[in-house]
Amino acid sequence: MSSTDTQMESRRSGAWAGNFLWAGGRFLLIGVITFLGLLAVTFFIGRVIPIDPALAIVGDRAPAHVVERVREELGLNLPLYEQFFLYIKGILQGDFGNSVLTTNPVMTDIRRVFPATMELATMGTLIGACIGVPLGVLAAVKRGSLIDQFVRIIGLIGYSVPIFWLGLLALLVFYAKLGWTSGPGRIDVVYEYTFTPITGFYLLDAVIQGNWEAFRNIFSFIILPASLLGYFSLAYISRMTRSFMLNELEQEYIVAARAKGLSETRIIWGHALRNAAVPLVTVIALSYAGLLEGSVLTETVFSWPGLGMYITNSLQNADMNAVLGGTIVIGTVFVAINLLSDLLYRALDPRTRAR
Amino acid sequence: MLMNKIDSKFRLLLGGAALSAILVSGVPAFAATPADTLVEAFAIDDVITLDPAEAFELTTGEINGNTYDKLVRLDINDPSKIVADIAASWTVSDDGLTYTFKIKPDLKFASGNPITAEDVAWSFERAVKLDKSPAFILTQFGLKPDNITEKAKATDPSTFVFTVDQAYAPSFVLNCLTATVASVVDKKLVSEHVVNDDFGYAWLKTAYAGSGPMKIRDWRANEIIVLERNDNYYGTKAPLNRVIYRHVKESAAQRLLLEKGDIDVARNLEPNDLEQVVKNGEITTTSAPKGTIYYFSLNQKNPNLAKPEVLEALKYLVDYDAIGEKLIKGIGEIHQTFLPKGILGELDENPYKLDVAKAKELLEKAGLKDGFSFTMDVRNNQPVTGIAESIQQTMAQAGVKMEIIPGDGKQTLTKYRARTHDSYIGQWGVDYWDPNSNADTFTNNPNNSDEGTNKTLAWRNAWDVPDLTKETKAALLERDNAKRAAMYQDLQKKVLATSPFVLIFQQTEVSALRSNLKGFKLGPSFDTNYVFNVSK
Repeated sequence: MSSTDTQMESRRSGAWAGNFLWAGGRFLLIGVITFLGLLAVTFFIGRVIPIDPALAIVGDRAPAHVVERVREELGLNLPLYEQFFLYIKGILQGDFGNSVLTTNPVMTDIRRVFPATMELATMGTLIGACIGVPLGVLAAVKRGSLIDQFVRIIGLIGYSVPIFWLGLLALLVFYAKLGWTSGPGRIDVVYEYTFTPITGFYLLDAVIQGNWEAFRNIFSFIILPASLLGYFSLAYISRMTRSFMLNELEQEYIVAARAKGLSETRIIWGHALRNAAVPLVTVIALSYAGLLEGSVLTETVFSWPGLGMYITNSLQNADMNAVLGGTIVIGTVFVAINLLSDLLYRALDPRTRAR
Repeated sequence: MLMNKIDSKFRLLLGGAALSAILVSGVPAFAATPADTLVEAFAIDDVITLDPAEAFELTTGEINGNTYDKLVRLDINDPSKIVADIAASWTVSDDGLTYTFKIKPDLKFASGNPITAEDVAWSFERAVKLDKSPAFILTQFGLKPDNITEKAKATDPSTFVFTVDQAYAPSFVLNCLTATVASVVDKKLVSEHVVNDDFGYAWLKTAYAGSGPMKIRDWRANEIIVLERNDNYYGTKAPLNRVIYRHVKESAAQRLLLEKGDIDVARNLEPNDLEQVVKNGEITTTSAPKGTIYYFSLNQKNPNLAKPEVLEALKYLVDYDAIGEKLIKGIGEIHQTFLPKGILGELDENPYKLDVAKAKELLEKAGLKDGFSFTMDVRNNQPVTGIAESIQQTMAQAGVKMEIIPGDGKQTLTKYRARTHDSYIGQWGVDYWDPNSNADTFTNNPNNSDEGTNKTLAWRNAWDVPDLTKETKAALLERDNAKRAAMYQDLQKKVLATSPFVLIFQQTEVSALRSNLKGFKLGPSFDTNYVFNVSK
């Protein structure tokens, strides 16, 4: 009896492992193909645009021999396919090349700018999800009511108002007029001597150093851009939550639950939202991934030294190594977050667990 | 009932949100910047290195100008003159080839190491052997990696001897030695960080090894640069303990910070923000002309544009007054000669005005009575786009149809350097503070063939001028300063009359500052924007 049980158990786990391996392998394969495609497209676009990358490095004034030397160093004299091959070879060895603009290895640059973006995106998504989900639920429950209309308008504004304008307006109101938050930047200059960035996530760094005063200051800087990004993801998340919830509330199990006399609170939060949560996770994850790309406009208005600015700047200067490096990082983030939300699916939805 | 219950939950939630808002609002409103610190908002995203052997960007010029010493400096009150920095005196040999500098005694780097002639020689060797973008300012004197230790050497700890390959005008040599690339680097300190014979290149990119009035404490790209007073500086010590540059790119954001008192100086305000901030009684502005000239040029490969009458006509088809009053107000001044104000040999002459009748007459003489059309490559930023549109309108008044081709900066430049444009509008900033820097590009074209490797502005516009090329060269070798200045004035007159360059204006740098600052002054060049004289 017990032996068959263990056999069953092991067979099941074996199947599960096989399943997982198969899924993992397929995932990897798709990932690799996606990356290759991504790289090829970005690489060739970068090479056919009518901009001389050597010029971006040495500037307009450099003498001819310096330009020629740089062209050779970059391998720009080789045929295109050979350049691409060399590039892929470098990447496989973990070498993403040097940014021509900053002359640093691309990964060093990205390690510098990515934490700033990630900190902002995480805060923004937290704000967006924590407010957007309840708002969406409320709109669904009170469908057609004033609250529903209100949520709709908030969503519409969030969708359609240019972030650049809204950012400046927010600065004007909350920083300049009301003085509730700090202005553009990440931390006040007075902390230059008491606070040292370690990980690049300033809030985390302040916690590590136990510097609560700096933490408060950093928070007063990040809250405005984060709220702004949060507002934009809120607009999306609340609309999606509403429609998922409406879908769930029409299901028969809700009727059944009501018939059983469960409290409405329990029905909405314990049953309907629980089921709506599954697709919602994807929505939130995708909006998080979107924010992780970095928002150029938000970063410009708030002087935030993030990824969006870095990549835009690189693009404008034909700094293809940096653009490709950034593309790979964003691609990886997207894939990783998708994988994470898949795993969350499994936790949330018993049907998707392998048996 | 049920709904009420839910509502109470939501009320709780909303209450929580309100509470967190109040928490945020608990942060006090900010007062002024610290009394011992100057805080500037500045677009510092052009900084790629702090190494004076490589630094060639505007911001790095300013940072290194404040933190490194050179043998000689520009006199900021009259930038056509030179004053001593760490050199006590210098002599030029009779044949004009050898420059001997005596170094001031008992000087120290910020690190505490003594400054010797050996440091100067090594700094020159380092710049030439690293051979980065600004190295040509030194190598144009015939310095090469294999002769540099002979051409620039310390004969004793206080004597530095510099040998050039031709009898250049001494003003030219000395002017070039005021460039950032000629900064004196702390040999002992940098040598501790040398990896694979790189002259400490990897280290100095983000570090500091100088002796100037300020020292660099920290640079975080696109975020902040922190300078501190150098207590080992030989001259007057800076009144403030530190100077902080905060990276703020947006003009409106800089303005808010300034009005709020979170910064002392806003460096990149756009004209409309400038106009508004001065209405605040506690903010003033200061400005200085800089060494950058805006112009458009006409490619001589285009047969219509190659006609002398057409060149002259087009110079009359620009509304300089309107451009000066509307488009570049506060950021530039109309300037039609190729040497910026403040440089040796400058010529302050603006003979051209908008004159459609005269232009029509000239066009008729050129056989183009009904006008013609051409294109202009314009990078899509201001003020050039606005200026191009203004020119387009005034050209049309004489029947000349100008089509604007907008493009990204690097893209238009690539095309310009390939000589495939009709006309190009852009700017040219001096590389070093000497008239040759501009003459070398506007009036020098040693080989006009497509294979020409010296891509000067004259070459890019296929302007074949053997005589002017010769005169440019002669001015470079004229050892009498007054005669040399006159030669450049003559060159400028010729360019005004016959060249395919239509010079429009000279850039002015403007800063807005809190009125409690004392001694804040913008210099004639970007590397003479000194912050070490500022006090509060």
